[in-house]
Amino acid sequence: MNVCLLLTCLWIMTMCCLYVEKERHVKANAQDYNDKFSYAVSRPQNDTRFALFTSVGCGYFISAVSECVILQDNHIKTSKYNILTFLPMNLFEQFQRVANAYFLVLLILQLIPEISSLSWFTTIVPLVLVLVITAVKDATDDYFRHKSDQQVNNRQSQVLIRGSMQSEKWMNIRVGDIIKLENNQFVAADILLLCSSEPYGLCYIETAELDGETNLKVRQSLTATSDMGDITKLMDFDGEVICEPPNNKLDRFTGTLYWRDNKYPLDNEKMLLRGCVLRNTEWCFGMVIFAGLQTKLMQNCGGTKFKKTSIDKLMNTLVLWIFAFLICMGVILAIGNTIWESWIGRNFQVFLPWNALQSSAVFSGFLTFWSYIIILNTVVPISLYVSVEVLRLGHSYFINWDRRMYCSRTDTAAEARTTTLNEELGQVEFIFSDKTGTLTQNIMVFSKCSINGQTYDHTDWLMSFQRILNDFTKTILSFYDGSLVEAIKLEDPAVQEFFRLLALCHTVMPEEKSEGNLVYQAQSPDEGALVTAARNFGFVFRSRTPETITLCEMGRAVTYQLLAILDFNNVRKRMSVIVRNPQGQIKLYSKGADSIIFERLDPSSEDLMHTTSEHLSEFAGEGLRTLALAYKDLDEDYFDVWTKKLMFASTVIENREDQLAVLYEEIEQGLKLLGATAIEDKLQEGVPETITCLNLADIKIWVLTGDKLETAMNIGYSCNILRDNMNEVFVISGHTLLEHILGLSRDGNDRSNRCDVQYVFSLQVHALEPQLEHVFLDLACLCKTVICCRVTPMQKAQVVELVKRHKRAVTLAIGDGANDVSMIKTAHIGVGISGQEGMQAVLASDYSFAQFRFLRRLLLVHGRWSYFRMCNFLCYFFYKNFAFTLVHFWYGFFCGFSAQTVYDQWFITLFNIVYTSLPVLAMGLFDQDVNDQNSLRYPSLYKPGQQNLLFNKRQFFLCTLQGMGTSFLLFFIPYGAFTVIVKEDGSHFSDQQSFAVTIATSLVIIVSVQIGLDTHYWTAVNHLFIWGSLTVYFATLFAMQSNGIFGIFPSNFPFIGTARNCLSEKSVWLVILLTAVVCVVPGLAVSFLRVDLFPTLTDKSRKRQGPQEQNLRRVRRTSSRRSAYAFSHQQGYGELITSGKNMRMSTVSSARSPERTPQSPTWIENILQKKNEVSDEITGAKQTQQQQHTD
Amino acid sequence: MGKVKGKSGPLARRPDNSAFKQQRLPAWSPMLTATTVLPFFYLMALICMLLGVWLLLTVQSTQEIKLDYTEAGTCDMCFEKRKNVSNAAQICTCTVVFPIKKALKGDVFFYYGLQNFHQNLRRYMDSRDDAQMVGRKTNLKNPSSYCEPFMKDPNGLPIAPCGAVANSIFNDTFTLTYHGSSGPSIPVPLLRKGITWYTDKNVKYRNPKNDNMTLAQVFEGTARPLYWQKPVYELDLLDPTNNGFINDDLIIWMREAAFPNFKKLYGVLYRAKQPFTKGLPAGNYTINISYNFPVQYFRGRKEVVLTTLTWFGGQNHFLPIAYLVTSCLILLIAIILTVVWWKFGKNGKRLEE
Repeated sequence: MNVCLLLTCLWIMTMCCLYVEKERHVKANAQDYNDKFSYAVSRPQNDTRFALFTSVGCGYFISAVSECVILQDNHIKTSKYNILTFLPMNLFEQFQRVANAYFLVLLILQLIPEISSLSWFTTIVPLVLVLVITAVKDATDDYFRHKSDQQVNNRQSQVLIRGSMQSEKWMNIRVGDIIKLENNQFVAADILLLCSSEPYGLCYIETAELDGETNLKVRQSLTATSDMGDITKLMDFDGEVICEPPNNKLDRFTGTLYWRDNKYPLDNEKMLLRGCVLRNTEWCFGMVIFAGLQTKLMQNCGGTKFKKTSIDKLMNTLVLWIFAFLICMGVILAIGNTIWESWIGRNFQVFLPWNALQSSAVFSGFLTFWSYIIILNTVVPISLYVSVEVLRLGHSYFINWDRRMYCSRTDTAAEARTTTLNEELGQVEFIFSDKTGTLTQNIMVFSKCSINGQTYDHTDWLMSFQRILNDFTKTILSFYDGSLVEAIKLEDPAVQEFFRLLALCHTVMPEEKSEGNLVYQAQSPDEGALVTAARNFGFVFRSRTPETITLCEMGRAVTYQLLAILDFNNVRKRMSVIVRNPQGQIKLYSKGADSIIFERLDPSSEDLMHTTSEHLSEFAGEGLRTLALAYKDLDEDYFDVWTKKLMFASTVIENREDQLAVLYEEIEQGLKLLGATAIEDKLQEGVPETITCLNLADIKIWVLTGDKLETAMNIGYSCNILRDNMNEVFVISGHTLLEHILGLSRDGNDRSNRCDVQYVFSLQVHALEPQLEHVFLDLACLCKTVICCRVTPMQKAQVVELVKRHKRAVTLAIGDGANDVSMIKTAHIGVGISGQEGMQAVLASDYSFAQFRFLRRLLLVHGRWSYFRMCNFLCYFFYKNFAFTLVHFWYGFFCGFSAQTVYDQWFITLFNIVYTSLPVLAMGLFDQDVNDQNSLRYPSLYKPGQQNLLFNKRQFFLCTLQGMGTSFLLFFIPYGAFTVIVKEDGSHFSDQQSFAVTIATSLVIIVSVQIGLDTHYWTAVNHLFIWGSLTVYFATLFAMQSNGIFGIFPSNFPFIGTARNCLSEKSVWLVILLTAVVCVVPGLAVSFLRVDLFPTLTDKSRKRQGPQEQNLRRVRRTSSRRSAYAFSHQQGYGELITSGKNMRMSTVSSARSPERTPQSPTWIENILQKKNEVSDEITGAKQTQQQQHTD
Repeated sequence: MGKVKGKSGPLARRPDNSAFKQQRLPAWSPMLTATTVLPFFYLMALICMLLGVWLLLTVQSTQEIKLDYTEAGTCDMCFEKRKNVSNAAQICTCTVVFPIKKALKGDVFFYYGLQNFHQNLRRYMDSRDDAQMVGRKTNLKNPSSYCEPFMKDPNGLPIAPCGAVANSIFNDTFTLTYHGSSGPSIPVPLLRKGITWYTDKNVKYRNPKNDNMTLAQVFEGTARPLYWQKPVYELDLLDPTNNGFINDDLIIWMREAAFPNFKKLYGVLYRAKQPFTKGLPAGNYTINISYNFPVQYFRGRKEVVLTTLTWFGGQNHFLPIAYLVTSCLILLIAIILTVVWWKFGKNGKRLEE
């Protein structure tokens, strides 16, 4: 019965895996209905049952099924194993590695007595050790993944269950649930907005996690659902949504709501996506449409791929080569054996008859082949992979421990989240960086201003607007430029007018939570910075209604009548307000891009314009964002006429936009210049220095941002990606496929012969289409710098993928938001900036730290070291194993190719894992060719890594050659000595066991000397390990050849007493000394010659170790290039304000009143009654406009 | 990579400022500079030179006499006889005469040597049972399967000692006679005991515990190896400490040679009596050989070696010559390095940035 049930369940699960969703049907509050559809099967109580079932089945199949189960709810899963699947899956994965599988085969071979030339323990001991270490590491990794998954899955959320709001874990939210979100909460799933605390079902979200833009966005629910503010109504809600299946398009949603026999179209404006944060909205209700892995955020994250470093790939190739080499040797020796057996062995049968199996010399050769494969298997070093893992783990810990990558402000240390990529950090050629939050802090600070031809500069950089926000009563801050404060105190009219403009001309919403605690909600941080600046200088913007603005000017409350807002848009690049001040004068205040404002100035302002223009250049040169401010006194009559025209124009249906633009243009003429502001888009600390430094290291930095072109370029200049000496900056943008083809190929032809070229791309979808990607890539790679703007998260990944695929270069992506996740996952190395809001990027990343500037240390110090250490380690490792193993090959020629080993079996077992593992690990962990200060000081030291110089096929060939040479000398020098050797007491001494001990001892000494020569940085640990290994070798040697252990296992330790008899002989030590000298000297001579004749930069800088500060600070530009951009690229909020839609009733009453009925007649309603017609149309127009924009 | 720490407060997650974690461990960074490398090379050349010269002088003072007796003297007859397996049981003795022109002074060692005999074949080397030879009763009756095909005799009795190594023991015996210029021939006394390694004689090879039984009783139920004329407990009937598994000749044979040409100690000159107190005097010697061991199957040679020793073992020309050659090569390299460093070296030029 139970089995039947299980099977049925399994069948359903399998079916649902196969089922492809074409259309989604979700019904609110109707779980039974939703459960009918495969996507909504589950609360995962069934999980345990399936887990039980899993123990029987094979890991992969089960995990596939269980993933299916998980797809249904809001559960996300990044981990790989669970307790039951761990062992089979992990072993399966481990044996997929060529090396491990190979050793398994060897082990099987060794169990065949006819072939076995070595005991089984020589392979199984290292193999088990390797498997256990790797498994432990994998288990710990997965454990932390489980923990982070759990942390996200266990976030609490309010869900409407059976008529009441209940707290549920995120992972238990199901499609069709109605959930409640509160201010500043993350949205748990993709939900349809039903209603909110704000009027008209408006709510504000921040989408930084999704697309990196931090300005607030508005979402509005359907009017039909916007009044369902209380639970009973929500309970009764039984609308059914039919919509598109889950996809990764962040800006598109199509669906229909069927409710009460009505159809309502749904679009993206009504959706809140997972990863967004609710802002400035007390609460809202929504219905879950997509959950868990089906959310647009998760769909945008590419699947977790196992990242391999290029060294890994090279290593795999080399292992295959070695394997081929091994087979060659086996064949040679097998042929040798056949020949030997037929010439000599045949005659030796009196003493050693051929056994039953060995019917002929040829068959004997065949068996010998396998025997030699077993003996020579140590050329493919079994401990290689595990040693590499240990090294990487160690390097990761060093990254975690680095104090210089610790940010004390956010209390976050750098973290290596994956431990498999460290050496790749030393080979990075391309960095793809996000802008917002990565290069910049996304904090705008009012930094300078020019008023009436006079510049004011504040002296204290510590002033941040965050600090002042909380206390608006403290009007004048002492650390501002004294002269400006003086000017305000003296009531200089120009200065006053300047700040009055800043306080009036904007679309910021004030929110006074309690007395004296004023919070501004600005659509763009720039505006917030300006208004805040005005407040700090005594012009406090306190409140607004649709028709008034109240300021607190130098302590006096002044109310201005707001007559019109001439809103900002991309074409106008300016905004104006028309107000009537208490004295009855009508004034137009305007701010905007300098070029735009200057065109519209009154001739009387010409002188001032020139001065201001100079100031603007100066500001722009420092990378500040500038705006020009101007005002105009309006004549009452003129204004009346204009207003009438405006009223008329705004009711026109056709061409309303154009007509309005003309009217605006008409009134914004003859302005009087007031001055200019400069806002600093604060960069993260140390960004320009870092970028300069990385550029010196030949790393190409591409900025991929979703932001607009102007901002991107501005940031490009201020953080030294773009420099003034780059004489050609090309901006390519186009909207259609055709334009792109033309633009790209034309420019490609033009510039192909120049190299000092900069490009800024405004990337549209088409640039990444197959026909264009080559043109795009070729062109982009001609440039020193590439900035791509307006890219979607998926496009970011595509760009990275493009470079990765065609350039065969190591790429690194760095970002902080969820919009960077796909790129972080695609790049060879993903770096997440932590400590900001949201952890998506960090969770997907391989490395994370708090600030961009740490990238310099991560790459130039840790990456370089890791790469250097890994390469040195590998070279030495291959050398060591060749020297160790090939001795058997030479011995083959003297022992009738009979696969007799030179060494004791225990020596073979322990050589790699005990006698020589620790010194090479110590070198791989602690070695420093150049100390960290010098690594940072000479970024060129990074270049060998990019060019793959330290470990490549040539280096591999050289170090194996050295190993072969060593093995040759190591065999033939003792051979020469041992043919004639006798002991000091005359007794027979040229036996195989003494020979074995002599060679083994020579080998251990030679490889220890060699590691000593290869170590550049002898710490106490190196000393301990090197001397310790030698000690351990001798101790083990004597222990294993002692009377006691022989007494217990006579068959396993036949070498009893050899060490004692052998190492007490002077002649043996003479042989060892000679061998060591002969083996080491050539290598030493060659490396001396290399350092002497062709010193690399590393060698040179090693000579001059010592701290010295290098000045990488950027030089201030004196540029004529100006940035004039301080607005969001979206349409402003002007219409929302004038319509009064986003006005709160009152801050006090709106706090906690979800059951409030918006029907209660207030003054806003009255106003709206009047304007109803107009505003509705405006909203409609606005929506269509926005849609056009997003399309 | 979570760390559990007791710390709390604003800097709770700040990494420790230890030299180890910050990779600032005090360290010694050696560099390959001319001032260190070149003197090292000259020093090595000098040391090797001195050692080489010293060894060469030492070796010059030793003497070694080799005598290939495979077909020498009357042994050609025995050589022919042993070609036929059916004659294996017949006794054959022969004599070889040889002169010693210059007296061998000091201890003189008598070796037998074999050429082209592969004691180092894997299956040959494995074909023994150390547990049996250390006197384990169970292994005595049940030898290891590695001994195949010399594990049991055709009657199914276990062979002791089993295996190919023991089976093929070298069974020629020698007596050496000195013919002085005057006087009668004097047999040269040879010490045939105490010529093994101490560990072999006392640890590695033991007879099975005999609880008042004779050795023959202990070995009852075992067969002698196929090629042996007498069982293992009759190897030396006169001396119980040299009989059975702890027989010196057996032990020496069981220590398998690393290469196909080897020599093994047969005896040491007993120097108690005249005229051998100072070694072997010059004169004519004859060597009587009981010629049993067949070598013609594998084209081998048999020889006898008489040698005196030095402080580093027997006569060994390889080491002194190797040292001298090495020293010359290192010197050559050192000179080349010096010239290169002097003329072309870029060491110490400014770092171009």
